[in-house]
Amino acid sequence: MKCEELLKLLNEYVDGTVDPGICEEFERHMAGCNPCQVVVDNIRKTIQLYRAGECIELPLEFRTRLHAALREKWKIIHPNKS
Amino acid sequence: MGCVQNALAGLYGVKALILPTAQGVTKLRETVILIHDKSADEELVRMAQKGELAAMDELTRRHEKRVYTLAWRMLRHEQDAEDVTQQAFLSALEHLDGFRGESTFSTWLLRIASHAALKLIRKRQGLKTVSLDESTESEGDESPIPHPEFIADWRFSPDRLAGRSEVFDLLEAALVELEEKHRVVFLLRDVEGFSVKETAEALGITEANVKVRLLRARLQLRERLTRELGDPQKALKRHQHA
Repeated sequence: MKCEELLKLLNEYVDGTVDPGICEEFERHMAGCNPCQVVVDNIRKTIQLYRAGECIELPLEFRTRLHAALREKWKIIHPNKS
Repeated sequence: MGCVQNALAGLYGVKALILPTAQGVTKLRETVILIHDKSADEELVRMAQKGELAAMDELTRRHEKRVYTLAWRMLRHEQDAEDVTQQAFLSALEHLDGFRGESTFSTWLLRIASHAALKLIRKRQGLKTVSLDESTESEGDESPIPHPEFIADWRFSPDRLAGRSEVFDLLEAALVELEEKHRVVFLLRDVEGFSVKETAEALGITEANVKVRLLRARLQLRERLTRELGDPQKALKRHQHA
């Protein structure tokens, strides 16, 4: 398989959704191509790292404003339960 | 009663609480138990739907950073990210009675936030562009897919890397370098777990287009991160397949 064709299948391979008809040839290639294996591994780790990464802190002033706005809305929706 | 007092005092960082009535204590105990139960999002939703403000407060506390992070990464503008975050929570509160648990609360909330952010992105594009909308098929993705250049195993696993401030800075820097259309697809599909179909629907593009943009985003991020996190001792030579 040529580089361009392999790259186009990378998404599916990373996600485990390669078309079974194409899969065998691609799997054969992957089994024998270390650079491709490392690229796939890199991509998977990239995704994992973004998923596991820290969230950004809300600016304190905004957080106060957000909670105040929610409470105001709450009072309108639940006038007897504030 | 003493346990509830202590738990609440610890939660709010105060040393003493005025002792409530017996009815108040029972109510507080239920609330404290739920607040401490990390897996009880759907139970909190039910309580909020019944009118428990503390439950809504806790849901907000649990999810506000994630919503803000998504909004900030999509919009790269603090004021816009704040507006979208606030919009998302207000909308969630307004429509809470309609939430039936078909998805998790987190997924539902992030959908609302992403739609609000995308609306803002389209509004920005509407002000700038004079011809084609960038999200249509003819967006210039006919250029060859860039070939991986630096290929090497990473020195550390994602678990060991996550949480380090320099890695956080690297992740943000790499995201900024992506074109907006690629960044948004990556955030929705890979970070927030939208399906390809959901991503396509949210963006108003085809599934094929989502996949192309996703591939470009993944490859670019992989290249950037691997140059910093890869072990140069294990770098492989660039090679071409037949």
